[in-house]
Amino acid sequence: MEDIEHFEKEIQLVDGTGRRLDGRALDELRPIKIEAGVLKRADGSAYLEWGDNRVLAAVYGPREAHPRHLQNPSRALVQCRYNMAPFSVSDRKRPGPDRRSVEISKVTSEAFSAVVFTEQFPRTSVDIFIEVLQADAGTRCAGITAASVALADAGIPMRDLVVACASGKIAGQVALDLDKEEDNFGDADCPMAIVPRTGEIVLLQMDGHLTEDEFDRATKYSMDAAMRIYELQKDALRRRYAVRALEEERAEPGVIQ
Amino acid sequence: MSNEVIADLMREHIVKLVQSGRRVDGRGLEETRKLTIEKNYIKTAEGSARVKLGSTDVLVGVKISTGTPYPDTPNSGVLTTSVELIPMASPTFESGPPRPEAIELARVVDRGIRETKTVDMEKLVITPGEKVWVLFIDIHALDYDGNLFDAASYGTLSALSCATLPGKMVGGVDQQLPVDHWPVSVTAAKIRDKIVFDPHLDEERVADARLTVATDENGDIRAMQKGLSGSFSYDEVRYVISTARRLGNGIREIVKA
Repeated sequence: MEDIEHFEKEIQLVDGTGRRLDGRALDELRPIKIEAGVLKRADGSAYLEWGDNRVLAAVYGPREAHPRHLQNPSRALVQCRYNMAPFSVSDRKRPGPDRRSVEISKVTSEAFSAVVFTEQFPRTSVDIFIEVLQADAGTRCAGITAASVALADAGIPMRDLVVACASGKIAGQVALDLDKEEDNFGDADCPMAIVPRTGEIVLLQMDGHLTEDEFDRATKYSMDAAMRIYELQKDALRRRYAVRALEEERAEPGVIQ
Repeated sequence: MSNEVIADLMREHIVKLVQSGRRVDGRGLEETRKLTIEKNYIKTAEGSARVKLGSTDVLVGVKISTGTPYPDTPNSGVLTTSVELIPMASPTFESGPPRPEAIELARVVDRGIRETKTVDMEKLVITPGEKVWVLFIDIHALDYDGNLFDAASYGTLSALSCATLPGKMVGGVDQQLPVDHWPVSVTAAKIRDKIVFDPHLDEERVADARLTVATDENGDIRAMQKGLSGSFSYDEVRYVISTARRLGNGIREIVKA
């Protein structure tokens, strides 16, 4: 009896009142926590929790681009490496890049190339590293959102932060920010990355099945959510710079930290 | 390279300080950095721990599944240890196949677990000769500020000590992974004629020789590994061993907690 109930609950992704399995409304995000400046060696870094996703992002650069033949005499390269830790998923992932992470790395690099003032740093490379420590669907959006804070923490000049968020379709209804369960049993997933100040979309992917109306609604959900996440990003940076100002005040001259 | 100029200045500074019994970060020569351990950090792993030794930050995940034993050890579980020195952790780490440093580190940690019978591999047999438990230890360096050996070793021991054997996979019940010994490694670095413990990155860079000593709960020596091109006298080795044992006792309490 219990088993049957469990099964029914599992396939009923949205109940009669529009609540989802974890109690969220259709346009509700999972809880998000962002912290900037969490790594010592990196020029900029950020840690982000998004539901059960845990992601670290680090930025190095602008530094000499390697391999050298990739150097662009008129602008900086923005290079991203998205990587999942072997223990971040339920079946151990073999270490190293696979086709999926290569693709995500590429579209992420392209998204950030759109906002970084690359012409200020010819021949260099801005290297972004995204490590997924624990995955629960939506890791690319979590990674991009974190990487954007890490870029700002590194002091890389940008037109704006980038915010990423996904919407999709579950049980025939458009819903914001699918979790693992919803992603597995859902009908569509559509991650996008947005420049909040201009509303430009710098990353857009979609798989599954959406009507035009559904796509409009999904985009509205993601855009609205992006503005809320944008505030969290700025808040993380403000907290980071408050701490940094204190540290600098305290630092005694002559002591090398 | 600008990095090297800083290293030269730093080298003189560190050597001078050590001669008068002081260190750049204000520690005594035998003083280790603050150690914090967060066990069960990753939900998707059977066991995990995030270890911070000063600013050095390591995440260790243990994934456990079933598999076939090696033909030459039909009555023994399988243990595999990998280290990823991901480019996020340091400007000098690069992506790609593991470099000798990562392989040495993985092998030293692996031997520490295997040879000390920290986990008795013979207890990990499900059906002799056919089915055994397979343990993957993945060591993920997140921020490299020196002494990865000790951070990785504390992380591995902590992650094993909170790991669950997923007995449900084979129709049994989940149980705690049995951990029988608690070998704790302590690393010393020799700078000219002085020895410092738990070297941070700059000290590691100027060190002439390095010695890692793992001692167990009975005070016995369980593993040693010497590194770098310098040498130790017999008296120095004895001094490192007795200090490692003393420091190890304090660290073991933190790892066990």
